[in-house]
Amino acid sequence: MSDTMAGQSAGQTENLSTKSGANRSLWGDVRYELVRSPVFWISSILVLVILSMAFFPQLWAQTSPNTSGACPLQNARVKPSADHPFGFTNAGCDMWASLVWGTGKSVIVAILVTAGTVILGVTFGTLAGYLGGFADTIISRITDIFFGLPFILGALVFLAIFPERNIWTLTAVLTVFGWTSLTRVMRGSVISTKQKDYVDAARAAGASDLFIIRKHILANSIAPVIVLATIGLGSFIGAEATLTFLGVGYQRPTVSWGLLVSEGQNLALAGFWHLLVFPSAFIVITVLAFILLGDVLRDALDPRTR
Amino acid sequence: MGRYVARRLIQFIPVILGTLFLLHLLSTLTIQVVGDPVRALFGENAPPAAVIDQMRADYNLDDACLEQPGNPCLGLFVDRLGQYAGGDFGINFRGRAVTEMFIERFPVTVRLTIIALVFETVVGILMGVLAGLRKDKFADNFVRFFTVALVAFPTFVFGTLAQLFIGLQLGLELRNSDWAPDWLGQMLNVGYNADYPWLSLVLPGVVLGSFSLASIARLTRTSLIENLRSDYVRTARAKGLRTRRIVGIHTLRNSLIPVVTYIGIDIGLLLGGALVTEGIFNIPGVGQLVWLAIQSNDTPVIIGVVTILTIVFLVANLLVDILYAALDPRIRYE
Amino acid sequence: MSETLTENRKRQPRSPLSGVKFDDSAPLLEVENLQVEFHTRDGIAKAVQGVSFTLNAGETLGILGESGCGKSVTAQAIMGILDTPPAKVTGGQVRYRGVDLLQMDEKTRRHVRANKIAMIFQDALSSLNPVFTVGWQLGELYRQHAGASRKEARAKAVELLEMVGIPAARDRVNDFPHQFSGGMRQRVMIAMALALQPDIIIADEPTTALDVTVQAQVMALLADLQREMQLGLILITHDMGVVADVTDKICVMYAGHAVEQANVYEIYERPGHPYTKALLESIPRVDQKGEELTAIKGLPPALVNPPPGCSFHPRCAFARDRCKTDEPPLYQLPGNRESACHYWEEVLNS
Ligand SMILES: Nc1ncnc2c1ncn2[C@@H]1O[C@H](COP(=O)(O)OP(=O)(O)OP(=O)(O)O)[C@@H](O)[C@H]1O
Ligand SMILES: [Mg+2]
Repeated sequence: MSDTMAGQSAGQTENLSTKSGANRSLWGDVRYELVRSPVFWISSILVLVILSMAFFPQLWAQTSPNTSGACPLQNARVKPSADHPFGFTNAGCDMWASLVWGTGKSVIVAILVTAGTVILGVTFGTLAGYLGGFADTIISRITDIFFGLPFILGALVFLAIFPERNIWTLTAVLTVFGWTSLTRVMRGSVISTKQKDYVDAARAAGASDLFIIRKHILANSIAPVIVLATIGLGSFIGAEATLTFLGVGYQRPTVSWGLLVSEGQNLALAGFWHLLVFPSAFIVITVLAFILLGDVLRDALDPRTR
Repeated sequence: MGRYVARRLIQFIPVILGTLFLLHLLSTLTIQVVGDPVRALFGENAPPAAVIDQMRADYNLDDACLEQPGNPCLGLFVDRLGQYAGGDFGINFRGRAVTEMFIERFPVTVRLTIIALVFETVVGILMGVLAGLRKDKFADNFVRFFTVALVAFPTFVFGTLAQLFIGLQLGLELRNSDWAPDWLGQMLNVGYNADYPWLSLVLPGVVLGSFSLASIARLTRTSLIENLRSDYVRTARAKGLRTRRIVGIHTLRNSLIPVVTYIGIDIGLLLGGALVTEGIFNIPGVGQLVWLAIQSNDTPVIIGVVTILTIVFLVANLLVDILYAALDPRIRYE
Repeated sequence: MSETLTENRKRQPRSPLSGVKFDDSAPLLEVENLQVEFHTRDGIAKAVQGVSFTLNAGETLGILGESGCGKSVTAQAIMGILDTPPAKVTGGQVRYRGVDLLQMDEKTRRHVRANKIAMIFQDALSSLNPVFTVGWQLGELYRQHAGASRKEARAKAVELLEMVGIPAARDRVNDFPHQFSGGMRQRVMIAMALALQPDIIIADEPTTALDVTVQAQVMALLADLQREMQLGLILITHDMGVVADVTDKICVMYAGHAVEQANVYEIYERPGHPYTKALLESIPRVDQKGEELTAIKGLPPALVNPPPGCSFHPRCAFARDRCKTDEPPLYQLPGNRESACHYWEEVLNS
């Protein structure tokens, strides 16, 4: 499995990187493609809204559900009304405020994990691809082994042992299980760039390894990394919510989307549909926005896949 | 072919040992850092020290190396491997063998996974082929949008929504009506029903498979489009073959090669997703075992079941790899 | 597995070709004013703009020209295997034994392929399907077009492989394409083209991907088979040496136009178009030791919005003002040859 997977993703990145190597006006083309695409506009506006909710929730809902007195118990499970179109949660908080203030919990973990996986993936992928030989064998075997452990199952074991789960434990666990795919893609991309003539030329002209890596190899691999990181952001949001839903992520009384869905699941069957539908909608729209953005970027960067 | 299988089997040994070691290493390190789960289980009102010590001995947590952060506990790993080889994957906090509980529940999970696999491959490939053949037409755009949207639904979101809107609201209507056949109502149910061991798993199976369905559809589409452009398709056309034959026989077989590779990886996703789906739909499978263990903080069960599932995944992957070689002669003769 | 032929006849109705009235006295293949366009993102690219030639049985026509001038597109338009879209045949006729293939319905056209006109491609490795055995791919022709059984098809495949000189054909028939050497693979392609005994073979750079020594063997095989079976052969190539050895007539293409046509000796003796002349001067010749080789300067024009006038004028040594505005027609030159140059007389005599 592993060899073929790596081969496949290497093949895909090669297309991306050959294009960027061969055609210096690539970014101009990309901009042209993006500006004309309505999907790009819709998804980037959504992403901006989501990011602003994550970092400045007070812009969207004044009172945090965590302030004392924000959640009177008599409001528990009250259905949507004109004043509160999203209704109230099981704890009696305003649903809209809970969702807005919960955004950061999901998005910040996803950003941290994405940053972590990009750093690890780019470093190890470049090392493996550029150095080859022993370093490559070691790194590739380690990624193989990580691929042998299904993501949710692996993350579950460690989170279950942690007595306390918060932003940092979630980030650590998701990063540990998330770095391998970017490493593989990066490795493939570096190997294909390394064989290009201009890299040989640079080396013949006496450029140092670091210079070659920075100037040629990273520049050529940036496109697939951006695409994967954008899509990764979306899927890490989904992964965090899944783990929280399973009971090994954020714990009450933290306000988070996964917890709201888990709370809403049984109550929805009892008739309180809004407890399930609104948190679900937030998760889906957020994940969708990032995935669409990544998709549109991929299409613009590599027209062949369209 | 025989040599290929032999080589894959030899490669399999380090991978499975490595994966089990990784699982061992990460759990040991965590225990070293955060303290053992027995104490965490009881929290403040802990029983006498003797009881705790007895439990720790039972759960293999009394090894001194578990108190030395950074120690990989190789001795413990070797012991564990020995136990795994003898079919011993630990006991739960009430003293039942994990292996026994696993075997009891595994058939349900297998049925659920089979339904999901059949659904996602059949529908996924059909959608992918349709989109690939009608590239840039309505069908293609529809499939592309639909698959992106599907991927945005994490399994637990899709599962809870499907349970509410399909299982409850639509399904109840059907089950109470005179006109709808019994099987239809059972197919769209809120939970597992032992009287309908396959039918009542259809909705959960569809939920479980829908994430991968999107990947399979996209993979098939891309690979079909690529293959339709290839030189050998041009040759097939020059041979005066029917379009149906060119697509159905010459191109499809090549296009399905990456799909088969994907299915290998996907079994891991499905086993993880089964946990969520079985929890939501109350299906008495292996996933529900883990789900319940999480709620009762029964760490040995979680570790034991995850270990078995990992082995199941790796073996399934090996089988898929061999199937892959059957499809692609270039691999076979490498 | 054994299916009887009668059963197959039922399944495989009479070939639609039997309903078509081919005129045996008409030339084997006449291409007249063929035009092909590609709809691309940048606009409409006119890849073939009025190519005409005639091919008789037993004759070899060479098509020459630099990369991108439309040789392969012409060949594929004759075969009817262009991807439409983006390609579109916008005009002209392709007459096989007097019947215009472009007017035929797709079902009949499909039967013309392989039965009457077959094609050999440049890269045999990618042109063969990697996941089926060579024997299966050869046999498929008999199974699909002649209703042969599996067993018959296999026997035929072995025969074909023997005919193109593949040793131990009986064993190799079960091998996959990647298990053959480059030369052997190209032999397989030739076998595939000859399977249904067509009258015309179009070989699109059949030897470009091969080693020089193997090139000669494959070319010799092709030439032998052609002579033996009295095939009409269209040979597309960059290799002027091969052209001189095996072809009877030559059609020189430039930027989608057929710029010169003549018999092979005449072209080599006295080229009638500046482009042909330049092409000949750019190849090394044993009898010209010491003389300088002249490469053709500049690049061929874009096919989207080409410049007015003669498409070759920016690179032409004979160009005058007239060439920038007037597109030259095909002039009939003495000795049944044609040239699309206003100043052909000057070129001939230079
Ligand atoms: N699918 C396509 N889409 C757009 N343009 C195409 C396509 N295929 C061919 N062309 C254009 O048609 C022109 C002729 O191509 P063709 O393949 O016939 O060249 P050629 O003479 O066979 O060159 P070579 O010697 O390199 O094989 C080229 O300029 C190419 O840009
Ligand atoms: Mg060509």
